[in-house]
Amino acid sequence: MLNKNIYLILIISFVFAISFWIGFNVNLLPAEASINAPIYDELFKILFIIGLIIFIGMTIAVIYSLFKFRKRNDQIGDGIALEGNLSLEIVWTIIPSIIVLLIGLYSYNIYDRMGGMKELNHNHEMMGSNTEKIWAGISQTSDNEIAINNLSIEVSAMQFAFLFNYPKGNFISGELHVPVDQKVSMKMESKDVIHAFWVPEFRIKQDIIPGQPTILNFTPTKVGKYPIICAELCGPYHGGMRASIIVEKESDYNEWFNKNKKPEVNL
Amino acid sequence: MTISIDPQKTNNESLQPKGWLRYFSFSLDHKVIGIQYLVCGFLFYLIGGTLASAIRIELASPMSDFMPRDVYNQVLTLHGTIMIFLWIVPVVNGAFGNYLIPFYVGARDMAFPRLNAVAFWLIPPSGLMLVASYFVEGAAQAGWTAYPPLSITTPQSGQIIWILSVLLLGGSSIFGGINFIATIIKLRRPGLKLMQLPMYCWAMLGTSLLVVLSTPVLAGTLILLSFDIIANTGFFNPVLGGNVVVYQHLFWFYSHPAVYIMVLPAFGLVSEILPVHARKPLFGYTTMVFSIMGIVVLGLVVWAHHMFTSGTPPWMRLFFTIATAFIAVPTGIKFFNWVATLWGGKISINSAMLFSCGFIINFVFGGITGVALAQVPFDIHVHDTYFVVAHFHYIVYGGTVFIIFSSIYHWFPKVTGKMLNEKLGILHFIITFIGFNLCFAPQHWLGLNGMPRRVAEYDPQFQFVNQISSLGALLMAISTIPFLINVFLSVRNGKDAGDNPWNALTPEWLTSSPPPVENWEGEAPLVEEPYGYGKEISEQK
Repeated sequence: MLNKNIYLILIISFVFAISFWIGFNVNLLPAEASINAPIYDELFKILFIIGLIIFIGMTIAVIYSLFKFRKRNDQIGDGIALEGNLSLEIVWTIIPSIIVLLIGLYSYNIYDRMGGMKELNHNHEMMGSNTEKIWAGISQTSDNEIAINNLSIEVSAMQFAFLFNYPKGNFISGELHVPVDQKVSMKMESKDVIHAFWVPEFRIKQDIIPGQPTILNFTPTKVGKYPIICAELCGPYHGGMRASIIVEKESDYNEWFNKNKKPEVNL
Repeated sequence: MTISIDPQKTNNESLQPKGWLRYFSFSLDHKVIGIQYLVCGFLFYLIGGTLASAIRIELASPMSDFMPRDVYNQVLTLHGTIMIFLWIVPVVNGAFGNYLIPFYVGARDMAFPRLNAVAFWLIPPSGLMLVASYFVEGAAQAGWTAYPPLSITTPQSGQIIWILSVLLLGGSSIFGGINFIATIIKLRRPGLKLMQLPMYCWAMLGTSLLVVLSTPVLAGTLILLSFDIIANTGFFNPVLGGNVVVYQHLFWFYSHPAVYIMVLPAFGLVSEILPVHARKPLFGYTTMVFSIMGIVVLGLVVWAHHMFTSGTPPWMRLFFTIATAFIAVPTGIKFFNWVATLWGGKISINSAMLFSCGFIINFVFGGITGVALAQVPFDIHVHDTYFVVAHFHYIVYGGTVFIIFSSIYHWFPKVTGKMLNEKLGILHFIITFIGFNLCFAPQHWLGLNGMPRRVAEYDPQFQFVNQISSLGALLMAISTIPFLINVFLSVRNGKDAGDNPWNALTPEWLTSSPPPVENWEGEAPLVEEPYGYGKEISEQK
């Protein structure tokens, strides 16, 4: 009996060790290029390790049972008439419940750190008395911050392109240029069907919906060129609906901005 | 009290064709209807599988070069729709449900035999209509989710035929659900208590409740969508002031429970198969029953986890995260119980057992990615990517389809009186298991690294991994060959099975194989312990 327990402890330690080793050494994610990305990757690593422990443990249990309890040729009759074990069943109800609850609370915390739990439902005063309802994805800024933010961009999506309007420079670009380490807030609206704005290196995604603007805020942290991918089926050329986001040093960004800036038209 | 038989039905019985012709008739025999569902579903599986192969051929190269882009979208729409509505739902519910439930409750047929036949005969025409819509003006091309406004702006005839077809299939599903509930509750043999029923009855009771509660919502939604398309109403059309997100809520109110409609019956079937081949009672019967009902209740309140990037308010995201993650608890209980059923058994390693164990391993994997996907911040990155494609194929293929094959190996002797060839069966399992994992495991990486789903072209850096995936798909296609050979050879020349080749204790095995029209000569047996392996009761047999 003691021997059996030692084997069990050895196997469980082995499963934990190998899961932690894989969790810390195998990277399945692309580069981290926004302040969301490291937070996301932290959650990913935890879920990956817990998942590995459960998966490897269950797989070993199934394969071990098939070998250990396989019917030998000379055997007849049935296995033991074991119909259940209440304490065991209570254990594997309560432990998963606790794990699931902890994961839920932890991911709530992650989401909060990403800015997802800020007030999302804004009512903007429009011309006259109409109010416009805006839904937000991940928001690291409150409504007031958006107003004073120095970089706000209006994104319009259509079959099969993104257009980026820089209201302060009065110009529209097909490439999204942003300075590194600065908060960017985007108000996005679709001209036709549902699209989505996805930058894998930023770990953010938000649907762009016709008739209902959405807001997405992010802060890039690494200079470089990253793909913007449409992630909602939008028609035949959906796979080709891509753009680039170019994260550059502030001086480079200002140079690009000033080159494209158009003087305001005075009426 | 005896089981009442509709006298008219018995009269009709003598007028109906005998032999193989009855499978093409409006038969009222639940066993014939079950086989009709299975064979019809399998034919559509071959069509859906051909479409899947076309998708994997297109994705073997990063360019859109195998078929036109709009045809690609039609192919992926039809692939999803056929596999869900014409293969998995009809087979795990209709085929096995019709064949087994009357045996399990000790009845001679389903509660409403005519409704049953109507439910089946809705399927072939609506399936053919769906496939034929390709030749009209092109099939639907807005994905099986048919999100507006895309579904409103793509060619109309294909989308309308798609809606009609799904409405008919939904109707068939509702008829079936009502029939199963009535049969399980009202047609039980006298003396048979609810808590003595085989687990598949409980699974079908839970599934049928989901079908009856949620399918009408899908029907209503699709009718509104068809109004938007043909009558220019503005329910979901933003140009006319409609709201596209409302459609998503209504759609997923059915389509998330639909996952459980595909998976719960498989949970029931595996609960029948494992005890027989492990020679042990099903571990934890009572907790299994409560788990099924827990999944039914939770399954109805998790739909918005499909919409975390759609612009949902934060409290909703939080609620749906927690609710979704908690489904892992009753599901986990079932998996622990199955492993405990194997533990200490005398396991026969045969095709049915291997497919069931393959199911456990694949589904655990899919369940783990499912809990991860339930977390809002995790989901935001991988929503609508190949990660999700991989996840749900682990659930519906690695899970349910593995169980369909396992069930075919298990019940083939009952239906035909012949055994399937074990060597071919094990070969079938090995190719399917390797092919499946080769096809779908790499797709997790693709999704995490930036490949969205439903695309015909992608970043060239993903080519190698996509080719591995396509190779896996090729193996999956090849794996049907030994299976088909096996079935055709065994039907004609298979080894005689006898009445009960597995020495099983569930009631369907306590009659001849194949069973007589009235299921039992004489009265239905009272099976109080369907899983009484290792007890004296089994030694008396």
